[in-house]
This record gives sequence, C-alpha cells and structure tokens, in this order.
Amino acid sequence: MIDPAAVDLARLQFAVTALYHFLFVPLTLGLSFILTIMETVYVKTGNTIYRDMTKFWGKLFGINFALGVTTGLTLEFQFGTNWSYYSHYVGDIFGAPLAIEGLLAFFLESTFVGLFFFGWDRLSKMGHLTVTYLVAIGSNLSAVLILIANGWMQNPVGAAFNPVTMRMELSSFSELVFNPAAQIEFVHTVSSGYVTSAIFVLGISSWYLLKGRDLPFARRSFRIAAAFGLASALSVVVLGDEAGFALDEHQQTKLAAMEGMWQTEAAPAGFVLFGIPDESARSNHAEVKIPYMLGLIATRSTDKVLPGIDQLEITIKQRIESGALAVSALGRMRKDKNDAEANSLFAAHQADLGYGLLLKKYTDDVAQATPEMVAHAVADAIPPVAPLFWSFRLMVLLGFAFIALFTVAFWASLKNNFERKTWLLRWSLWFIPLPWLATQLGWIVAEVGRQPWTVYGVLPTHLSVSSLSANEVVLSLAGFFIFYTLLLIAELYLMFKYARLGPSSLGTGGYHFEKEARHV
Amino acid sequence: MFDYETLKLIWWLLVGVLLLGFAVMDGHDMGMGALLPFVAKTDSERRVLINSVAPHWDGNQVWFITAGGAIFAAWPLVYATAFSGLYFALMAVLWAMFLRPVGFDYRSKVADPRWRSAWDWGIFVGSAVPALLFGVAFGNVLQGVPFHYEDDMRSVYTGTFWALLNPFALLVGVLSLSMIIFHGANYLIVRTEGVLQTRARRASLIFGALMLLLFALCGVLVAGMHGYTLLSAPEAGAMQSPLDKVVAMQSGAWLGNFHKLPLLWIFPALGFFGALAGMAFAAKLKGVLAFVASSVAMLGVIFTAGVAMFPFVLPSSEMPNHSLTLWDCVSSERTLEVMLWVALVMTPIVVAYTGWAYRLMRGKITTAHIEANDHSVY
Ligand code: HDD
Ligand code: HEM
Ligand code: HEM
Repeated sequence: MIDPAAVDLARLQFAVTALYHFLFVPLTLGLSFILTIMETVYVKTGNTIYRDMTKFWGKLFGINFALGVTTGLTLEFQFGTNWSYYSHYVGDIFGAPLAIEGLLAFFLESTFVGLFFFGWDRLSKMGHLTVTYLVAIGSNLSAVLILIANGWMQNPVGAAFNPVTMRMELSSFSELVFNPAAQIEFVHTVSSGYVTSAIFVLGISSWYLLKGRDLPFARRSFRIAAAFGLASALSVVVLGDEAGFALDEHQQTKLAAMEGMWQTEAAPAGFVLFGIPDESARSNHAEVKIPYMLGLIATRSTDKVLPGIDQLEITIKQRIESGALAVSALGRMRKDKNDAEANSLFAAHQADLGYGLLLKKYTDDVAQATPEMVAHAVADAIPPVAPLFWSFRLMVLLGFAFIALFTVAFWASLKNNFERKTWLLRWSLWFIPLPWLATQLGWIVAEVGRQPWTVYGVLPTHLSVSSLSANEVVLSLAGFFIFYTLLLIAELYLMFKYARLGPSSLGTGGYHFEKEARHV
Repeated sequence: MFDYETLKLIWWLLVGVLLLGFAVMDGHDMGMGALLPFVAKTDSERRVLINSVAPHWDGNQVWFITAGGAIFAAWPLVYATAFSGLYFALMAVLWAMFLRPVGFDYRSKVADPRWRSAWDWGIFVGSAVPALLFGVAFGNVLQGVPFHYEDDMRSVYTGTFWALLNPFALLVGVLSLSMIIFHGANYLIVRTEGVLQTRARRASLIFGALMLLLFALCGVLVAGMHGYTLLSAPEAGAMQSPLDKVVAMQSGAWLGNFHKLPLLWIFPALGFFGALAGMAFAAKLKGVLAFVASSVAMLGVIFTAGVAMFPFVLPSSEMPNHSLTLWDCVSSERTLEVMLWVALVMTPIVVAYTGWAYRLMRGKITTAHIEANDHSVY
C-alpha cells in the first residue's frame, strides 16, 4: 500500500511549488497588457514619456518574469517526478494541452520577450509595438492552455477508461478544449492577473506622487492603472460569480464545503455571510445568513434544490459501493480478458470506477472492504469545510475591496484631483500585497476543494503519486525550500531597488535622481 | 490519415527531432554558459558573452519545456516512469536550471562585483550540470534502468541515485557536455571578435576533439555491452500494454539494427564528420559553418543512440519484459493524431519566427557596445 506520509509530502510539495509559481504569473499576465496600452499611446502620440513608461514598467516586468519562467520549469516536470501514476493514468488527455502550451504559447511569449527588451533600436515603432502585443498574447494563451488542463481535472470531459492500457483515453478533443469549467477558470484567473498588475502600478505610482517625484510620469501611470484596474476588478467579481454557478454543475462537493452547507435546505438556499464551521458538530456557529441568495447565485433559479453535505454523502456511498464492484471486475478482467461475467459487471459499474478506487486507501482488495472502510471513504469525499469556507469568503471580500479602491481611483483620475488625496495614494500603496493574497486563496479554494480527487470523480489523490519514499520527498522539498527562498530574496531585493529608483533607472538623464545628481 | 503504427513511428521521429532542437538551440547558450567564467575574464567580456544570447535564451529554453510536454502527451509512460525513477537526477537538473533565467536577468542589475561573480558561477552551474546529466541519463537508458510495473501499471523504480553515476554513464555525460561546449564555442565564434573569438576558437578545437574521442570510445563500449532484443510482442499497430511482450538481454544487441540495415551507419558517420568539419571551420574562424557542422554532429550522436535502441526507448534491466518500446509506451491513436497536426502546423511557424529573431539581432557584440548601453543591455 502507498505510504500516506509520502502522499501528504507530495501534496505539500505540489502546493508549495504551484502557489509559488502563481506569485509571479499574475503580474506577467496583467503587466504585459498594461505595457501594450502604454506603448500604444506612445506610438499614437509620439510622446516619449510613454516610451519611458513602457521601458520602466517593462524592467519590473522582467524581474518578475525571470522567476515566472524559473518556477514554471518545476511544474512542467513535476507531474512525472511526483505524480507518476497520475501521469500514466491521464497523460493521454492531460499531456496534450501541456505540450500545445509549449508550442503555441511559450515559444511565442519567450521569443518575443527577448525582442521586447533588446529590440528597441532594431525595430520600427510599429514593429516593437507588435512584439509587445505578441508577448501579451503569448502569456495569456499560456493561461488558456494550462487552465484547459486544470479545468479537465476539475471537470473531466471527453475521456473514457481503457481496460487494456489501464488508463483514461481521449474520446473528444473538442470537448477537452471547450470544457466550460476551463473557460470559466480562464476568464476569472486572467482577470485576477489584470487586477494584480493594476494595483501594482497604481500603488507604486502613488508612492512617487506621495514623494513628489517624477510627477508627469507617475500621474500618467496612475490613470492607466486606475482605468484598467476598474474594468478588471469588475470582471473578476462578475466572472467569479460565474465560477460559483458552474460549480453547481460540476463539483457539488466543493460548493457544499465552500458554503458550509451541512444540511440540504429548501430552495432557494440562503448564503452564509458569516459563520464558524464546526466539522465535528456538522454545523456553523454564529451564522449570519442572507436568505435565498446562494440558491439564486448557484442555480440561477428559485426552485432548484442545492444538495447539502448530508444528501451528497448518501449518493457518494452508493457510488462507492457500485465502484467497488467495478474495481474487482477489472481485476478479474486483467487476469482473464474473456471472463464474460466480469466484463458485463464492469460495463454496468464503470461510471463509478473512480469512487471504487477511493477504497484503495484502506484496502488493496476492494471487494473485501468493510462498512467502516466505506464510511471512511465517504467522509474523505467531502473536502475540508473550514479552510474552504474562510478562503472563499476572504477572496470575495477582497474582490469587493478592489472594486471600491478602483472606483475611487478612477473617479479621482477623471476629476484630476488624485494627487491631493493623499489618503487615496496611501491606500493604493498599502493595497499592493492584497491581490496576491486573493489569487493564492482562489487556488486554495479551487484545489483543496477538489480533494480527495486529482481528477474529480476519476482518480483519487492518494493513488496519483509516484512510488517514492517519504524521505526522498522530504529531501526534494527541502531543496525547493532553500532555492525558492534564496530566489525570492534576490527578486524582492531587485524589485524594491528598481521601484525605488523609478524611471531614473533608465539612464535617460531626465528623471529625478539623475537631475538631483546634476544639481550637486 | 495515418494508421496507428505509422503514427507511433512518426512520434518516435518527432521526439528525436525535439531532442535535437533542444540540443541545437538550448545547447549553444548552455555551451556559452559553461564557458563563461573561462573564456571571458573581465566584467565587460562576460557581458559580451551573456548579451550574445540575451534576446534568445528564453525562447531556446522552451525547446526543453516542449520536449517535456511532448513526451508527456505522446509517451506518457516514459514521462511517468523515467522522471519518477531518475528522481534526483531530474531534481538536480531543475535546480541547476533555476540559476539560468535568474542569472541572465539579474546579474547585471547590480554593480557589486561579488554579486556579478556569484551569478556568473550560477550560469556556469545552470549550463554545465544539465548538459552533463542529460548525457548521464542517456548512458543509463542504454544500459537499462531498474524498474517494473505492478498489476495496475504503477511503476516502481528499484535502483538508487548513486547507481546512476556509474562509469559508462559518466562517460556519456562528459561526451554530452563536451558536445554542448563545442557547439557553444562555435556560436561564440559567430557573435564575438578579437580576443574573445580567439579563446572561443581554442575551446571549440579542444572540446570538438574531446567529443570525437569520447564518441568513439562510447561506440566501442556499446558494441560490447548488454543490449535488448524483442523476442515476441503484439502487432506493432495494435493498442497494447507494455506487459505483453518477451524481451531478452544479449551482449552486442545494440548493434543488431546496424547489421540488419547498414544504411544506419550514416548516423555515427555524421557524428564524426560533423565534429571534424566543425573543428576545421572553427580553426578558420568560419563560425556559421562551424555551428551548422556541430549541429550535424549532434544529430549524428542523438540518432545513433536512438536507432541502436530501436524500437526500445526505455529498457528495464530489472524486468526486461517490462521495457518500454515505441509501440507500447504511447498515447492513444486519437491523441497522437491531434498532437501530430498541432506539431506539423506549429513547428514551422516557431522555427520561422525564431529564425527571424536571430536575424534581427545578428552581428558581433563588442565590449564598446556593451559599455555604451549600460542601462539597456544585460
Ligand atoms: C493562469 C496562468 C498560469 C497557470 C495556471 C500556470 N502557468 Fe505557468 N506560466 C504562465 C501562466 C500560468 C505565464 C504567465 O505564461 C508564465 C508566468 C511568468 C512567465 O514567464 O510565463 C508561465 C511560465 C511557465 C513556464 C516557463 C515558460 C517559459 O520559459 O517561458 C513553464 C514551463 C510553466 N509556466 C509551466 C506551468 C505548469 C506545468 C503549470 C501547471 C501546474 C503552470 N505553468 C500553471
Ligand atoms: C498554477 C496552477 C495551479 C495552482 C496554483 C494549483 C494550486 C494547488 C494548491 C494550492 C494545492 C494544495 C491543495 C492541498 O494541499 O490540499 C494543489 C494541490 C495539488 N494540485 Fe494543483 N494547482 C495548479 C494546477 C494544477 C495542475 C495543472 C495539476 C495537475 C496535475 C494540479 C495537481 C495538483 C495535485 C496532484 C495536488 C496535490 C493534491 C492536493 O493536496 O491537493 N494542480 N494545487
Ligand atoms: C466576488 C468575488 C469573487 C468570487 C465570487 C470568486 C469566486 C471564485 C470561485 C467559485 C472559485 C473556484 C472555482 C473552481 O474551483 O473551479 C474561484 C477561484 C479563484 N479565484 Fe475567485 N472569486 C472572487 C474574487 C477573486 C479575486 C478578487 C481574485 C484575485 C484577484 C480571485 C482569484 C481567484 C483565482 C486565482 C482562483 C483559482 C482559479 C480558478 O479556479 O478560477 N478571485 N473564485
């Protein structure tokens, strides 16, 4: 049997490395578009301050980008190194978007990012602008493809199990690509990247305004960030709501856990604004509820019932029992392909095969599973309520906070009085870390909420791992920890150094520190 | 369009092409990185070397990423079995490669010489260690890797990390490293001038010769070692599990294909010919031709290993019957077909815009240029 400690460590390593990668991804996604906006204005107006803006924010983009690339490398190979059974079991489907991402997106992004930095003197204005657009398109395309891959894990469509090869195989490429779960994830995730970069530019520009440095430069950056940010913040929230709607169709366990719905309620269910979920009492303390709201959001109807945890457990138990039959029939088919009884039993219960595999955590011979084991497996099938409940609520709260900030900032930039509103500038500065918090929480909701599955309803997490010992994973985890810490220190050091220097770092001679140096 | 058997063959070829693309493209900037602390002495000289690949290293690295992704999509069992089996070898490659993007991008952003020198060595490690370890991995694959599959196709690796570092594998590792350095030196002949170019020329001659020698030595060793032969297996075009075949280990088996089809000797010949031609062109400072020649040499070396093992791609020394061949490690017919179309459409486009980018940025990089553009180059 698989060592549970090794499974937990592999999960921890994946979580650390994926979340770490996602510290750098959002800025790449959004800043690349902000750069296209700035450069478009430069090409249209010929005003060189916009060229300097493109170059300066481009420098910060580059510092971030280097770590985005570095940490992406780990993820590309980690499915093979640490999730080898997963790679075998679903590689036929999951590998394709990853490979296409390389060919379609990474080559584009990475080839043109080099020309973005080093091609200024060799390209015409339009030529360079095109290059900048290609970088932005490339990075956003990469998000499409990786989220098709991740969306398939959330909602595995277009695939079927093949008993000869013992794996899932692709049955429809178009279903894989047009998976609704992936589309919703994509729009929500890229908009979260746009919000992140808008706050980044807004906050740093505000700091220059507070310091009274490079005002024309900072003012223009502030305005662009405010407009871009308001649109993005609205779309994050609207599309986040879409994501909640989609969950009702694909992942009812995630929705129930996220909402702390211990009991099924009459439709339309209320939304728990606040509460303290208690796993052992199976209820929420100090609950504050908005009546009807959740039912309306998640089902877009007033009469569809949302199953609570109590009701989901009943269906799951039935599916586990049916799945156990599929697992043992499959075992017999592998010994004797022509066992007709086993074949027909398997065909009848194949849809629940994944649920049968949940029992493998407790016994190798699933046919002999005891009722206690089944009860454990049922309990496993509900993701942990409290972390999901809190992460989700904090993300939503931040979403509304961002809308508020950008509304004020945008209004002030229309009125052209933001420079005097020092409180607004200060708030903008202090908001900088928050979108990172929100995006990390978002992934925690999406991924912890998918537990106990790597591929929802198909492959349990504890089966997905490689046959590595816990010690081996501890060693690699320690390696990642050391490397990532050192790299983060270097990154933050440079980021702060260049953000403080501001456009003076371009060496044009026209900005704050350079003028100051000349006066002395 | 194509039947399953043909698709399997095409994908074997395409994986070879991707590995070659990686060796040619990422290989030359890795070669530069491995030479960095030795060929370039002063800060400006080092910046010349780094800036010779500055606009391109990231695009080149995508060959590595795409090779990984394509193996996942086309040969999922190889991706699953090899990467988890050779766990710490791959971790070492990844950790070393971390130092490259960051090294290139961060090195010149701070003036402190200690900072710069630290990153120079980081670039060195990030270039030399992966080049060495890829060869070590190949050396182990040629010998067979100890793994088997359980009933449910879970792969289990039964070897140790240290066993990977056996003498033959290390020899192949040094072969791979010298091949990459040779190639990188030829690239530097194209992009530099003066004293840097002279030093690059010397490196090209030394490592070209070393590569020739090691390639010959490895050839002799492979001829004498245990290879694998397929005794019986399901039909090539059938959907099959790797557990359904019978495999024997035999001394000298890796030469079997060359005996059956003498035309295949062209690949080792290209390896030798390319290396010799590369050295000759490098000696005359004809950089572009030397670069083409070292690319041909790498084609020869990579495909020599590939055709020697054909149809095996990952033999198992522990349980030869569980070895992976290009017939049974593959994805389903539909996936191979979809991926083939994507590859056929996208690869020429990628090659075209990469070529354009190199053309745009062509020309010698000089210390004068570097010093005049302190803020806009690395
Ligand atoms: C929503 C977007 C998104 C998500 C979910 C992921 N990535 Fe990522 N990735 C990007 C968006 C992105 C990007 C924006 O395109 C990056 C970030 C910074 C960068 O340089 O490109 C990138 C870089 C990047 C690179 C380096 C590419 C290069 O050299 O240019 C690799 C190999 C990966 N990623 C692989 C992965 C894998 C295997 C993931 C899944 C586990 C993953 N990424 C999740
Ligand atoms: C950037 C994209 C992704 C992010 C940010 C992300 C985030 C996370 C997080 C936060 C966890 C921790 C959950 C936990 O420990 O309970 C996790 C776990 C995991 N994720 Fe993802 N994930 C991403 C994409 C993927 C993809 C594409 C896969 C495909 C295999 C994947 C597979 C897993 C697995 C196997 C685990 C371990 C099981 C677990 O503990 O949850 N993730 N991921
Ligand atoms: C009212 C506001 C929001 C709502 C209703 C909302 C809703 C959701 C839901 C339901 C998920 C889980 C989707 C799944 O599991 O498939 C999710 C994931 C996520 N959220 Fe939000 N969200 C909101 C605000 C934000 C904000 C402000 C950010 C960041 C700036 C953010 C970033 C993310 C990310 C990165 C993910 C993971 C990727 C994904 O599954 O789409 N969200 N969100």
